[in-house]
Amino acid sequence: MRLLFGTIFALAVAAVVGLGATYLALTRGAAFGALTIGSWTAWPKTGTVDADPYARATIARTGQLPIALGDGVSFTAQSDDDGKLLDGRCDVVLSGVTPAARFWTVTLYNIGGDLVANSINRFGFSSQEIVRHADGSFEMVISPRASPGNWLPTGGIERYAMVLRLYDTAVGVSTKAGREVPMPSVMTRSCP
Amino acid sequence: MIRWLLLLFGGALLGGVVHLATIIGLPRTATQDAYARLSKIAPVNTVTALPAPTPESAIMPFMDPAFASAVCRYDLSQAPIKLTVPVSLAYTSVSFYTRYDVAYYAINDRAAGRRVIELDLMTPEQHNQMPEDEEITAADRLIVESPTVTGLIAIRALAPEPGLMPMAQNSIANAKCLPQPTNAGAR
Repeated sequence: MRLLFGTIFALAVAAVVGLGATYLALTRGAAFGALTIGSWTAWPKTGTVDADPYARATIARTGQLPIALGDGVSFTAQSDDDGKLLDGRCDVVLSGVTPAARFWTVTLYNIGGDLVANSINRFGFSSQEIVRHADGSFEMVISPRASPGNWLPTGGIERYAMVLRLYDTAVGVSTKAGREVPMPSVMTRSCP
Repeated sequence: MIRWLLLLFGGALLGGVVHLATIIGLPRTATQDAYARLSKIAPVNTVTALPAPTPESAIMPFMDPAFASAVCRYDLSQAPIKLTVPVSLAYTSVSFYTRYDVAYYAINDRAAGRRVIELDLMTPEQHNQMPEDEEITAADRLIVESPTVTGLIAIRALAPEPGLMPMAQNSIANAKCLPQPTNAGAR
């Protein structure tokens, strides 16, 4: 009887630990080789055949096609530079310059990966559409209310993720975070 | 007491095994991965244009709305595939994925250096079976080896601004992925 209880106990521990760790790894997006610059994170290796088992499992679970490394790199920000989660009811300012790339796009998604609904059907900007300062830097306002300049509407969604994709770029697996990859800053300017 | 601690420790170790097994096994059992989602709308060995993602519906999560995209769900079991993609004005890329959605190759319009991205996709076995002399004339022919017999080719053209989307869609509408019987037997 003791043996039976002991076995059941050990198996229960195994199930909780094993499945719990798998669930956490997949929902937190654990994969090796993360490249973090400011509030931006990319997993360049996920777009190659060297993708680790965690990356492969995450891809299979979410149902997305990862951007191939020969095509580009995708950076995601879920919080601003102070670590505050991005809130669609606030005015968030994205400013600065991007790493060298032929084209880039900025897009807003909800946590599930759907585009953020808004009244003017503007889901993102491409590098060709953006209005820049004389020195090539830009400023983009992400807010629920209309704003002059580069305005990306949030539709008042509570939480969102911002994805910056660089196409045809030298940023990749061997990139180290530092001065050669200047990423735009993300600041929450005002919150109602 | 010692006995229960030992059981706890053993259970945790076994949990580690369960964790690794589920992580490694997950891609093979996933029913909602990109390949499964696209299988519903994309016939085999044909280029299928994907509807633009909207907040209400999207074939896959995290699609870039600035791109017009199409996929070719390929099956190399019968013959290699010949892929032809005319390039658009801004940026065109072709990415190759295995059956388990792992990207193994990508090329863009600049790397191709021509108005048309043209290449042959085959399994390593089909590549080995290619006749020698054809290999020589194939010097300027781009050959890509697929690690799996089936998989996905994603064809994407950038619309730098929303008004240029119809142009991007038109350019990839002319993309073709056709099975190409090897002429090895005909010689």
